[in-house]
Amino acid sequence: MSHLLINYYEAASVILFGIGFMNLLLQNNLIKKFIGLNIMDTAVYLFLAAKGYIFGRVAPILTNGVIDADYYINPVPAGLVLTGIVVSVSVTAFSLALVQRLYKHYGTLNMDEIMKLSREREGE
Amino acid sequence: MNEKKTFWQHLQAWVNGEEAILHADEYIKKREQPHQKRWIKKPNMQRIKENKGLYWFLCVLVSLVFITIMLLVVSHLPTFGQPINPTNNEVMERYLEKGIEETGAINFVAGMILDYRAFDTFGESNVLFLAVISVLILLKRDKKNINAREDRETEEDERFDRSDHKSILKIGAKYLSPVVILYGIYVVLNGHLSPGGGFSGGSIIGAGLILYAAANGHEAMRRFFTFKTFTLISVGCLLTYCGCKSYSFFTGANHVGYEIPKGIPGNILSSGFILPLNICVGLIVACTMYGFYALFTKGDM
Repeated sequence: MSHLLINYYEAASVILFGIGFMNLLLQNNLIKKFIGLNIMDTAVYLFLAAKGYIFGRVAPILTNGVIDADYYINPVPAGLVLTGIVVSVSVTAFSLALVQRLYKHYGTLNMDEIMKLSREREGE
Repeated sequence: MNEKKTFWQHLQAWVNGEEAILHADEYIKKREQPHQKRWIKKPNMQRIKENKGLYWFLCVLVSLVFITIMLLVVSHLPTFGQPINPTNNEVMERYLEKGIEETGAINFVAGMILDYRAFDTFGESNVLFLAVISVLILLKRDKKNINAREDRETEEDERFDRSDHKSILKIGAKYLSPVVILYGIYVVLNGHLSPGGGFSGGSIIGAGLILYAAANGHEAMRRFFTFKTFTLISVGCLLTYCGCKSYSFFTGANHVGYEIPKGIPGNILSSGFILPLNICVGLIVACTMYGFYALFTKGDM
C-alpha cells in the first residue's frame, strides 16, 4: 500500500478515471455525460505524463548543448498525449454536434426523457 | 415514383434520408419481427433503470470496484520517476542521442512527432478535418435543417453585432486579437526550437479568430474567412503535408540523395521539413478551431 503513496500521480489519475466513469454512468444530462468522458481523457493524459517523468532531469529541448540520454526526460509520452488531445477534441466536438441535433428534435437533454419520447413516437 | 433509378439517384436519396420513406412498407414489415424480440429482451434493464436507488447503487459499486482493481495494479507498477523503469528504454535513448543529427530540431518532441512519426501526425490532422466535416454535415443550416426560432435568434444577434452595445468587448478585441494571433504565429514558427508547435500554436491562432468573431460578428469575419477559404486552406495544407512526407519517404527509402538539407540546429530555417509541416498543421488546427465555433454558434461559416 505504501507504493501507492510513492506512485501518487498514477493513483490520482486512476481515481480521476473512476470519477469520470461514474459521471458517465450516473448523469442524465447528455452534456454532463460528455464532461465525464473528458475527465476520463484527462486522467489518461496524467497517467502518460507520469510515466514519462524522471527525477532530476529537464524537458526534452536541447539545453546547454548536452546531447545525452541521461539528461532529459522521456519524450515519447509527450507525443502520445498530443495524439490523445487531438482525438479527444474531435470526439467531443462530434458528440456535442449530435447532442445539438437531439435537442433540436426532442427539446430536452435528459437521457431518460429522450428515450421515453422516442419510444412513444415509435409506438405511434 | 418510378422503380428504376440510377446509382447516383439512389445515393442522393440515401444521403437525404428518403430511401427509407420510398420503401416504407417493406421496411416496417422487415422490422416487425426483431422489434418484438427487442422488447422482450429489454425490460430487465429497464426496470433497473427505473428504480433510481438500485441503479445509483450499482453504478457506484461498479465504479468503486473498477477503481480498486486499478489501484491494485498501480501499487504493483514500477516506482515513479526512476531512470531504470521499463518505459525509459532504447527508443527514448535513440530519439535523444540521434535526434538532432537525424532531424535537425532541437525540440526533441517536435523532431519525434513531425519526423520519426510524421505519418501519425498526418492521421491526426485528418481526424481534425474529418471532425469539422462531420460537424458541418450535422449542423449546417440548409434547406433540410431550418428552424424559424434559430433564424430569428441569429438575426437578432447580427443586429446586436452591428450596434454599439458591445463596446468593451469590441475595443478589447481590437487590441488583443492581433497580439494573440501574432503570438500564435510565433509559437508555430518556433515549433522546432521551443515548446509548442503546430497544434498549440494553431489553437492560439484559433482563439484569436474566435475572439475577433465574438466581438465583431460573423459578418465582419466573412470579409476574409468564408467556407471557401476554410476548404482551400485545409485541403491545401493536407495535400502539402502529404506531398512533403511522400517526398522524404521516397528519397529516404530509395537512397536517391536529394534530401532536404538539415541546416544548423537552432536556426529558424533548419531541420528540413519540420518548419513547413508545423505551418501546415498550425493552419489546419486554427481553421478547425474557428470552424467549430462558427458551426456551433451560427450553423455556418
